[in-house]
Amino acid sequence: MAYLGKKLITLIMTLFLVSAAAFLAFQIIPGDVVTSILGTEATPEREEQLREELGFNDPPVMRYLHWVGGLLRGDLGTSYRYSKNMNERMPVSELIGDKLPVTLWLAALSTVLIIVISLPLGVLWAKSRSHAVDAALGVVTQTAMAVPSFFLGILVTYCFGVVLKLFTPGKYVSYRQSFSGFLGYLIFPALSIAIPKIAMTARFLRNSMLTELGADYVRTACGKGCSQRRVMYGHVLRNALMPVVTFLGMIISEIVAGSIVIEQVFGLPGIGRLLISSISNRDFPVVEILILYITSAVILVYFLVDILYRVIDPRISEK
Amino acid sequence: MKKKLCSLLLAALLAMAVLSGCTDGTGESSENNFSAVVGIQQDIDSLDPHLATAAGTKEILFNIFEGLVKSDENGNLIDAVAESHTVSQDGLVYTFTLRDNVKFHNGNAVTAEDVKYSLERVSGLLDGTPLVSALSTIKSVDILDEKTVQVTVESPNTELIYSFTAAIIPSGSGEEEGTSPVGTGPFSFVSYTPQEGIVLKKNPDYWQEGLPYLDQVTFRIVGSAETALMELQSGAIDIYPYLTDSQAQTLKEGNTHQVVASPSNVVQALFLNNAVAPLDNVLVRQAILYAIDKEEINEYVGGGTGSLIGSAMLPSLADNYVDLNSVYGTKANVEKAKELLAEAGYADGFDLVIDIPSNYEFHMQTGEVIVEQLKAVGINASINPVEWDTWLSDIYNGRNYTATISGITCDQTPGYLLNRFQTQSSKNFINYSNAEYDEVYLKAQAEQDMEKKAGYYKQLQQILADDAATAFLQVPGNMTAISNRLEGYKFYPIYVQDMSTVSVKK
Repeated sequence: MAYLGKKLITLIMTLFLVSAAAFLAFQIIPGDVVTSILGTEATPEREEQLREELGFNDPPVMRYLHWVGGLLRGDLGTSYRYSKNMNERMPVSELIGDKLPVTLWLAALSTVLIIVISLPLGVLWAKSRSHAVDAALGVVTQTAMAVPSFFLGILVTYCFGVVLKLFTPGKYVSYRQSFSGFLGYLIFPALSIAIPKIAMTARFLRNSMLTELGADYVRTACGKGCSQRRVMYGHVLRNALMPVVTFLGMIISEIVAGSIVIEQVFGLPGIGRLLISSISNRDFPVVEILILYITSAVILVYFLVDILYRVIDPRISEK
Repeated sequence: MKKKLCSLLLAALLAMAVLSGCTDGTGESSENNFSAVVGIQQDIDSLDPHLATAAGTKEILFNIFEGLVKSDENGNLIDAVAESHTVSQDGLVYTFTLRDNVKFHNGNAVTAEDVKYSLERVSGLLDGTPLVSALSTIKSVDILDEKTVQVTVESPNTELIYSFTAAIIPSGSGEEEGTSPVGTGPFSFVSYTPQEGIVLKKNPDYWQEGLPYLDQVTFRIVGSAETALMELQSGAIDIYPYLTDSQAQTLKEGNTHQVVASPSNVVQALFLNNAVAPLDNVLVRQAILYAIDKEEINEYVGGGTGSLIGSAMLPSLADNYVDLNSVYGTKANVEKAKELLAEAGYADGFDLVIDIPSNYEFHMQTGEVIVEQLKAVGINASINPVEWDTWLSDIYNGRNYTATISGITCDQTPGYLLNRFQTQSSKNFINYSNAEYDEVYLKAQAEQDMEKKAGYYKQLQQILADDAATAFLQVPGNMTAISNRLEGYKFYPIYVQDMSTVSVKK
């Protein structure tokens, strides 16, 4: 319980620091939101009206405090850029709430792909005695890790979309329209995200298992007559998984935070794309909330990893 | 165990295959033959036609809304919601007679009341905030009878009629236009999702008989300029108006799309800040103009699709345009440029930083060519990429720069481009100042005779060229890809995507 409380305080402190830093950054970077929204043909009256409406005539500190105050009351603020109608700006919660499922489902799919493929692959690789298999997997994973994600996205689009015609590139199906169509489209960006991560994880697991295989307890286990299977999955894999879980945690937190490049390549209207456009539009309220989301997502995943450690290795919670 | 793993892998693969099968299924069924998808690059800034400012939004809203008058594909105005209009001799009173058969998308007929409301809203008579600055000159809007509206303005301006393209919306609907826009255009609004796009459907009551042909039009935001090509090839989008030169070449080989080049309505220039040394010296500016090879820029950056210009006017506005390319030539004159630089006291050249909005690949590439051309005459030029927002606030509004490459999107009024070179103009970001120019501009504005007015405009272009006010480069070509299954796409000299005449080939 004390552990949970400590984590929660860390989370709040981090969020506060990050939000202040983001706010500061937005004060420093050049570019005026009002001219950006109204363009070159704006009348001075309109500019002044909008400036007042967005609260730009208040000092920055006031604006920040006002924003934090709203946040504490559960009000995420309203977007500068998007409006519901003439008198009402689009609430950030609505804007992000609409995009979040895309990113989360993408993250979920890629995570499933990574775990389902990389773990068996890593184990098989570690067990394989054939030099040919070893060398081949070495080259394949090395290549998969080295290809930049942007290029990989284009390759996947080209192979599955243009050549095999398994999906129509750019024809994103909204989850509101058809959920199965949505998942079907998402498989391919998820695959693009997963491929390099699968390579990394499989490699990592293999190395970790090989290290464990050389450990004394393996010899002891074999010596006392344990079956090879029991040694492999009961002892070696369990121990080898520890560092892999940390590694997976890092990867997953990265994915949950939004895969900006892949979303851009596949035209997915997710968090990453929203973040990019909001930064270039100087849509500060949206960027702030997105940054807070990313920070909390990362911290949350690490927290889950911590708990997972305790499941795999009960000794940790005893310490 | 091995078996288990294998079956797990197989299951995963199978699931993927099934799921991807689903996309195909739904994709086919939702594929309506009488629909088209247009790829767009930016999100919409407002669905309210009076509040939208981005050119990328207006080109879409053109399908939903109409003004009393609207533009046709030749750059002329035709009557739209109005059946006819007259302007009084002194240019102060505009009388519009409305059409009988124009209906809003909500089914109500357009009344004089709606026209009055719309014009009062844009001109600021309603709440003191003009939404279209040109129309703030409107003094009053009076309903003469059910079908006649009279507009009185403060001062005569023959180009004001172009501003009556401002959308007519139902009376009192101002607050709803941003969420559920209602207009009189060929298509009505269905839905809009931020970051995804906008869906329109056919307006069955459209006043132009037989139009539109398509049942549904979707404007979809493409993933990125780079992936747009694949989206075209796969058929996710049918029409895409912003192809790069290399994308156009690739598509031409594929034989699935027509690629058509048309002149844009953008004037691209290397803008020179006339108030900053050494560019405040006319000799230096002339030297720069001589150093630039416009043909080379057009060839390298636009694949030869642009039209070269020597002053501030679109060649498509033929009555008012005068070809001034010969003043400094379209090819580089290195000797002359060096001579002028020496005369100005810069025989050894100088450093010149060119700020360029980095999101515009076209301007960036132009910059790279120009930097080399200027180096050839001894000017040590370099590019400083800036973000678009920074460009707007620091360069366009703040005028804090030496030289910049950008484009000005023009509407149809010939005076639009010339207006900003007046000394006092708030849009005069190049800080140009010439008393003679100001004087002629005022004369042009007051002139009622179109021919004489055009004469003044030509004089103004000549003055700008003589003063080497800025290095006008070209009107870049627009490369549009159109799927072979469609026909009837019309090219406009202004920035619109008119989908009303597009149909599916039989």
